[in-house]
Amino acid sequence: MGALWTVFRKEVLENLRDRRVIVSAFFFGVLLAPVIFGLTTTMVSKRAVANQDKPLNLPIAGASNAPNLVQFLRENGVKVEDVELTSDQAMSAVRSGRQDLVLIIGEDYGKALQAGESAPLSLVVDTSNSNTAPSADRARQLLSAYGHQLAMLRLMVRGISPTVIEPVGVQTLDVATPAGRSLLILGMMTYFCFMSMLVGGFYLAIDTTAGERERGSLEPLLTLPVSRSQLIIGKMLATSAFMSVSLLLTLATFGVVLTFIPLEALGMSANFGPRVILAIFAIMVTFVPMGAGLMTVVASFTRSNREAQSWLSVVMMFPIAPIMFAVVTGTKPSAGLMAVPSLSQHLIATSLMRGDSIPALHILICAGTTLALGALLVGAAIKLYQREAILG
Amino acid sequence: MIRVDGLKKRFGAVQALHDVSFAADDGKITGLLGHNGAGKSTTLRILSTVIRANEGRALIDGHDCATEPLQVRRSLGVLPHASGLYAHLSGRENIRYYGELHGLRGAELNRSIDQLIDRLSLGGVAERRAKGYSQGERLKVGLARALIHRPQTIILDEPTNGLDVNAVRMLRELIRELRDSGRCVLFSSHVMQEVAALCDDIVIISHGRVVVRGTPAEILKATGAPDLEEAFVRAAEQGEGT
Repeated sequence: MGALWTVFRKEVLENLRDRRVIVSAFFFGVLLAPVIFGLTTTMVSKRAVANQDKPLNLPIAGASNAPNLVQFLRENGVKVEDVELTSDQAMSAVRSGRQDLVLIIGEDYGKALQAGESAPLSLVVDTSNSNTAPSADRARQLLSAYGHQLAMLRLMVRGISPTVIEPVGVQTLDVATPAGRSLLILGMMTYFCFMSMLVGGFYLAIDTTAGERERGSLEPLLTLPVSRSQLIIGKMLATSAFMSVSLLLTLATFGVVLTFIPLEALGMSANFGPRVILAIFAIMVTFVPMGAGLMTVVASFTRSNREAQSWLSVVMMFPIAPIMFAVVTGTKPSAGLMAVPSLSQHLIATSLMRGDSIPALHILICAGTTLALGALLVGAAIKLYQREAILG
Repeated sequence: MIRVDGLKKRFGAVQALHDVSFAADDGKITGLLGHNGAGKSTTLRILSTVIRANEGRALIDGHDCATEPLQVRRSLGVLPHASGLYAHLSGRENIRYYGELHGLRGAELNRSIDQLIDRLSLGGVAERRAKGYSQGERLKVGLARALIHRPQTIILDEPTNGLDVNAVRMLRELIRELRDSGRCVLFSSHVMQEVAALCDDIVIISHGRVVVRGTPAEILKATGAPDLEEAFVRAAEQGEGT
């Protein structure tokens, strides 16, 4: 026990002095991830708000050809702007970004309308520009509403009920709760938590085997009257400590960052007080032994620091893949899924943020399987440390 | 006291040791001499309980290196050929870490560290991080680390490699001092002069076999060579022939 503590203390001290470790472990989790997260969320919500409030500016070429249409648009809050552009000029203006979009009303518009033919209108838009997509959508909707209105008038003139052209009446009922809608964004957060947890232990896991070997410090270490199990357990404890601290710091920073993000503007609310942070920490920390074991096992097969780093960067994708899958597909928690490490922590963490009740069974399965797998991997790492090949 | 009897060791397809037997007594400096790849390091690794022999026995002070590694390690100090210091720890912290892993604590540990720092004139560098150490300073800290628990048996693997003259002199002095206090010192080298200058007993190893062993005088007699250098060359050739 004494040796274990000695090894643990030395590893922590040594790594705290290593700027490389500190930068990767704590800079990523504490600064980088929340900043990226904060910036993207703020931008998304700002843009959503801006688009809702801003009146639609619509440059129209040939407005005089369709006074009724222009009147309709004005009534619907569109700021109409007369421009003198040919269709080629309009297209190049939109392509180059000088105009967001341009509506072109041809000279034969009035004639076609009178003849009861389909009257030609051209809306010039750039669909590759996501900034102007909301304006283009609104313009399209208004134009089709105007067309719809004309069609109904024509049918009524002919004594036909307008419902003839509406065989199905679709109504969209949005049942998303504010907290539910923020989940996609908050799902990103568990991803960042796992990343910072793994990055936090990354260098220590490598150092335990490949690093000590490369520096030539492993061989003298193994001539000390301490069993190899004690050495590697002490080292893995240090790795776990770094991972846990990195996770806790990341969660705490998220807690602070989220108070500055205008989630309400997006119709979202996040349930992220200190109690929820601690609960999320408690459930995610069950992944630490597994992550530490996994990284140590992989690093023990590698010949050098550099090789270990490239392998571990690949391995770090494994725990993260199920989360990305779940975020994209919107997977719902179930007892079966709780047996999948990392996915189960993600699902429970998002439930906690959503304020849903979580079945005790789910927590039990999640913690049980993850810890059991963690124990297996730690066992494997200890076993591998006994091999002569560990000396390289 | 080291007793090695019929060691064989194979790494995959390579038979590193065919038959290594020798003895190294307390109060003597024993040199393990051989070309690179002759099996010196493998032998020392088996003695320091880092790897195990496939056949044969290695005993240190009566303890079997394969079956009682912890007892062996308690009375063994090892200086590997790479210093293997922790760059982010100071010299003192490096020494202390090994002391603590040997079970030393408190005042006893502090006294041992101070004595070694004093003896090796490390006063100026002990508090600095090992990162910027010179070759000589690394060697000194490595030695202090290996001696922190006052081991009865000391194993040094090619200790003089890459050292300047002053460091080599310091090392020789220390090794003689250890012998005079009754310790068993075993060190490996591929430099004949090195061994000749220092050793009471010499074991010449070639291609995984001990080809000749004894005092310098006995070796000259056995090989019929006019000097030790010639004896080493002849002995190494002899190993090649078998």
